Amino acid sequence: MEFKRKDFIGLMDVSDKEIMAVLEMAETMKVVLNQRNKKAPYLQGKSVILLFYEQSTRAKLSYELAAQYLSANCVEINVDGSSQDTLFEIGRTIDQMGGDFIILRNPYSGSAGYLADKVKASVINAGDGINENPTQALLDLLTIKELKGHFDGLKVAICGDVAGSRVARSNIWGLTKLGAEVRIASPPTLVPNNIEDFNVKVYYDIKKACRDVDVIMSLKLQDEASYGSRLASFDEYKEFFKLEDTVIDAAKKDVIVMHPGGPNRRVEIASDIVDSEKCIIDDQITNGVAVRMAILYLLSLGKGLTV
Amino acid sequence: MKSVLIKNCRVISPECDPDSLNSVLVSDGKIAEIGDVRSDCGEVIDGGGLYLIPGLIDMNCKICEEGYESRDNLRIVSGSALSGGFTSLTTAPNTQPIVDSMTVVDYVIQRAEAESRVNIYPYGSITKNCNGRDIAEIGKMVSKGIIAVSDNGGHIESANLMRDVLMYSKMFDIPVIAAGLEESLSKGRVVNEGIVSTKLGLFGSPREAEEIIVSRNLILGKYTKAKLHLQNITTAFSVYLVESGKTHEGTQITAGTSPHYFALTEDDIEGYNTYAKVNPPLRTHKDVEAIKKGLYSGVIDVIASGHTPATIDRKNVEFDLAAYGISSLETAFGISYTELCGDSFKLSDLVEKMSTNPAKILGLKNKGEIRTGYDGDLVLVDIDNEYTIRGEDFCSKAKYTPFEGRKVRGRIIKTFVNGELAFSLE
Repeated sequence: MEFKRKDFIGLMDVSDKEIMAVLEMAETMKVVLNQRNKKAPYLQGKSVILLFYEQSTRAKLSYELAAQYLSANCVEINVDGSSQDTLFEIGRTIDQMGGDFIILRNPYSGSAGYLADKVKASVINAGDGINENPTQALLDLLTIKELKGHFDGLKVAICGDVAGSRVARSNIWGLTKLGAEVRIASPPTLVPNNIEDFNVKVYYDIKKACRDVDVIMSLKLQDEASYGSRLASFDEYKEFFKLEDTVIDAAKKDVIVMHPGGPNRRVEIASDIVDSEKCIIDDQITNGVAVRMAILYLLSLGKGLTV
Repeated sequence: MKSVLIKNCRVISPECDPDSLNSVLVSDGKIAEIGDVRSDCGEVIDGGGLYLIPGLIDMNCKICEEGYESRDNLRIVSGSALSGGFTSLTTAPNTQPIVDSMTVVDYVIQRAEAESRVNIYPYGSITKNCNGRDIAEIGKMVSKGIIAVSDNGGHIESANLMRDVLMYSKMFDIPVIAAGLEESLSKGRVVNEGIVSTKLGLFGSPREAEEIIVSRNLILGKYTKAKLHLQNITTAFSVYLVESGKTHEGTQITAGTSPHYFALTEDDIEGYNTYAKVNPPLRTHKDVEAIKKGLYSGVIDVIASGHTPATIDRKNVEFDLAAYGISSLETAFGISYTELCGDSFKLSDLVEKMSTNPAKILGLKNKGEIRTGYDGDLVLVDIDNEYTIRGEDFCSKAKYTPFEGRKVRGRIIKTFVNGELAFSLE
C-alpha cells in the first residue's frame, strides 16, 4: 500500500488503508512531540503557507506548530472578505514564490480540491465550506484508536448540527470506511439529505442514538441566528439535544466524549461532562498536532512512500 | 426573383413522404414548391439524400446583448445558432437595459435587424425592471413586437400578480413564459438537494422549489385559461403535475425542457464541475427518465436549448462562486437526437418539439413546418453522422461544455434562413 498523494483534500476519496497509514505515521510523530527537543528535520528547507479565509485560533496554531516541529518555514496569510485577489491568483503567487504546502481554510465547499488542481504546491484542506475538515477527523480517529484499539463494530454517535459540520462529514466518511457503526443525533432540519445512503443511522432522539455507544462526538453549533427556521431556539435545542448525564448513562460505561474544540457549555454539552474524565478534548488537541505533522511529512515524500 | 432549389433530400413535411427523395424550391424567401420540382433558374443545392427539416426555434436562450456582450453578443450567438440548426431565437428580458418598455423593445429589434443572421423574437419582462412586483406595460411592448412575456430574471412571488398577468395577457393573445423557482427554497443553493449535495458538501436546492411554483402556475393557468408556458420542467413530479394540469378543458398550458435535463444528471457535477452548474440544477436518473417519458408522451411540448453562456473566468472559480449556465445552442440538436430518437420517437417527432410546437406556442405564422408558402427556414441534417462534441469548436464565446468528448449523432450540415444559405459545415 502506498500513500501517493500531492494533496490531502478529504476522507471521501482516500482508502481505509491510507487512513491507517496516516494514523501509524501520526503515532511516530507523537514520539517527536514527546521529546525534550521537539524538532525533527524532515521538512527542513520547505515552506508551509497557512491560507485562512476564516477566523481560527486552534487549527492555525496546530498547523503552525506541526510545521515548525518538522523544521519548515511557516508563513501565515489572513484573507478577509474584501480581498480582490481570487483564490486562483493567490495560489499562483504562492507557487511562484516557492511555497511547498498550502494549508487552506475557505468558506466554499470544494475550494481545496479546486486550488489543488491549479497549483504545484501540495494543498492540505483545513476546512472547505461545509464539505470536509479531514485532519480534524484524522485526529479524532487517532484518539479513538489509542483509547479503543480498533474501529470495527465500534458504535459512534455524532450529535448536533451534522448538516452544517465539515468535521462531521469527514468523520462519517472515515469511520464508515474503517468499519465503525455511525449514528447521528440531530433535529431533522440539520440532517444531511440522503445520509442514510452512506450507512449512517439517523436519530432525532439523542438518548436513543447514544444507547450503548463507545464514542460520542459532540459538534459545535454556529450562531443562533444563522439557523433561521431550522431551529426554534437554542433554548429549545438544549432541552432535546444537550449532552447531559442522562445521555452519558445510556452509553457504554467506558464511553469517551469528543468535541472539536471550544464547546458551548450552555447549549451543546454540560459543563461537568466537559470537565469529566470521559471527555478527551485534551488528547484530541495533542493528536491534532501529530496528525498534521504526519500529513505534512507523507505529502513531502511526494511520489509515494511504501507503507 | 431569387430562388434556391434544394434537391435530392428527404423532406420532413406534411406535404410529402419523408422516405422518398424530393426537392424544395424556395423563392424570395418563401417555400414555393415541394415534391418533384424542376427548376432551371437560380441556385441548386444537392441535399445528398439527407433529411431536410424546418429551422429550429429556440424558446429559451440568452443572447446577452445588451449589457453582457462579454459573454456573447447577437452576431456571435446567431452564428452559434446557425451551426446548431436554429433559425429563430427568442431573447430573454433580463439584459441591461431590461426589456420592460416599448423603447427597449424597439431598440432590441433594431439591433437584431442590424446584427443578427437569424430571426430574433424578443420576450418582454412581466415586471418593470424585472423586480417581480410591478406589472410592466405589456400592451405597449406587444405593439412594438414582443411575442411573449417572461419572468426570467424576475421571479413572480405573488400569486395575485401572476394571476393578473395571466388574465391580462389574454387581451394580447400572447403566452406567459414562467421559469421561476420558489426563492425561499432555492436562493443560495447551487445543486440539486440529494445524495450528491451531501457527498460534495454543497447546499442543495430541493426539487420542491420547482414543483411548488409549477403547481401554483398550473392552478392559475387552469382557472384563467391563459396561454401559459412552463419553461424549465426538470423533475419527475413536475412532469406528473403538468400532465394532470393539462387535462382540464380549455386550458392552454404547454411545457418545455432543455437537453441537459434529460442528458445529464447531478452526478455530472462530481468533482465540482462548474460547467454543469445550471439553474434549475441537474437532477437524478429517475428525473431524466421521467422527462424523456414526458417528451415521448407529449406532456412536454418543447425542447429549448437553454443556452446561457457565462465567461470562462466566471466558470473557472470555486463552485459556489461560479456562474450558472451552459453553452448549448450548438449541442442541443445532436444531444436531443442521440438521447431521444429511435424506433418509436422519430426525427419528425423531434422536429415537432424543436420547431413546430415552439412556432405554434409563440404564434409564429409560416414557421415550424415545411409547407408551401411558409418561410424558407430550412436545415439539412445528417442523422447518421457521428461526431464528438468539443467546446473549442463552438462559435459561441462560451467554448466549454459539460458534454465535452461525448459522441453524438445528428449533424447540422446546412442552415437556410429565409431561403439564404447562412451556414454550411466545412
